[in-house]
Amino acid sequence: MAKPQRNIIRLDELDMDFAEAVAKAGGEKINLCIQCGTCTASCPSGRRTAFRTRQLIRRAMLGFRDEVLSDKDLWLCTTCFTCLERCPRGVDPTDVILALRNMAVDAGYMLDQHKRVSGYFVKYGHAVPINEETRKRRVGLGLSEIPPTTHKHKKALDEVQGIVKKMGFDKLIGFKWEEGGK
Amino acid sequence: MKYAFFLGCIMPNRYPGLEAAMRNVTGALGIKLLDMEGASCCPPPGVVKSFHKPTWLAIAARNLTLAEALNVDATTLCSGCYGTLKEANMILKEDNAMREKANKILHEYGKEFHGTINVKHFVEVLYDDIGIEKLRDFVKRPLNLKVAVHYGCHLLKPTRYRTGKSSERPKFLDELVEVLGAKSIPYRDKMMCCGAGGGVRSTSRDVSADMTKEKLENVKNAGGDCIVTPCAFCHLQFDIGQIEVEKQFGVKYNIPTLHYVQLLGLALGLEPQKLGLYGNVIPVDPILKKL
Repeated sequence: MAKPQRNIIRLDELDMDFAEAVAKAGGEKINLCIQCGTCTASCPSGRRTAFRTRQLIRRAMLGFRDEVLSDKDLWLCTTCFTCLERCPRGVDPTDVILALRNMAVDAGYMLDQHKRVSGYFVKYGHAVPINEETRKRRVGLGLSEIPPTTHKHKKALDEVQGIVKKMGFDKLIGFKWEEGGK
Repeated sequence: MKYAFFLGCIMPNRYPGLEAAMRNVTGALGIKLLDMEGASCCPPPGVVKSFHKPTWLAIAARNLTLAEALNVDATTLCSGCYGTLKEANMILKEDNAMREKANKILHEYGKEFHGTINVKHFVEVLYDDIGIEKLRDFVKRPLNLKVAVHYGCHLLKPTRYRTGKSSERPKFLDELVEVLGAKSIPYRDKMMCCGAGGGVRSTSRDVSADMTKEKLENVKNAGGDCIVTPCAFCHLQFDIGQIEVEKQFGVKYNIPTLHYVQLLGLALGLEPQKLGLYGNVIPVDPILKKL
């Protein structure tokens, strides 16, 4: 007898609790999804990449935990919120994506460039810190050389770094205090 | 009128011309800005919120307490900062458990979130607090320009955390442009994202540039003299992004990009230098020649 050619997904091999975990992490309404595809059709990123919001949500609902969290495409969403506004079921797909991203980072799937930007945030209190050129341009524009932010106030930076430590964000991104950040 | 001025990162640290424009424009309008001494990164939804939402909320809460201490509403020129502060402010006001959690941390630094202020994007200050008609009286130099308005995303969406303006066919920014004498031109996919947000610019610059190129192409085809945006990050993406588009696709657009506050400053009769208009990568001379 010829064997049928098909991919069989064994539900018991998947993480059956994953959708529930996504819901708890902030994607509360993931289970309302009926796979209509309005999200994918609305997505400016999906127009030019392999990123497919509908598929991502389907895979998350089925429990493809590791596949979903390790997929680099998860990071192609610009958080434009068009899908969130248009979803006829009120799934809030952008919130699902943000929840999945938080879970991906927690599982160790953080992209190097994101670690770098986060490192700037921890080190300076600014994800985009000042540089020499901007200092000069500020003066030329009649502004203070250093903006009145954590760049100017050491105590304010201490506070931000204290909060960051308290939240465990430094550990999460692998920030090395002894090296003053990467 | 007094507002706490939230700087964020892109404006003070990359495009200080926008900060200069804001300080000079508000001066001309009789608005007083109070600096939020010691404020940090907002932090943005694409990076910190995408990585660890509790950290995002705690840092945003700290920034909000700085405005509360000044006892005035906060305003910003960046839609990313606006999105974060507006949303965090609403969450912390409405969710007792979240507020208590945030305050437990803030207490260690002698701070507490009270929920006493609102967060307004500067274009909301202009549209809602000052109003189109009053703004018209300030115009000294009507602008003969065809403007491609780019609303961007986080000023409007998610609408449940915003001011209830339409996210598909908004009009307020077009009205704010046209009261200055300029024409807001229609162009294809006007409501599309600039491509920078969500942490995409830092990891997949090619994807960001591809989106930016599509918008630039649409603006060019519609005959726009310039792109006008209310967001510091969109401003960066459309300005420096044109160099990246050129590298990636070999196409030069040379479409000047102005933040709305700079366009407003021109209409108020302020000198381009005071509006930081010479700080762009893509020169704005073609615009200035038309005035």
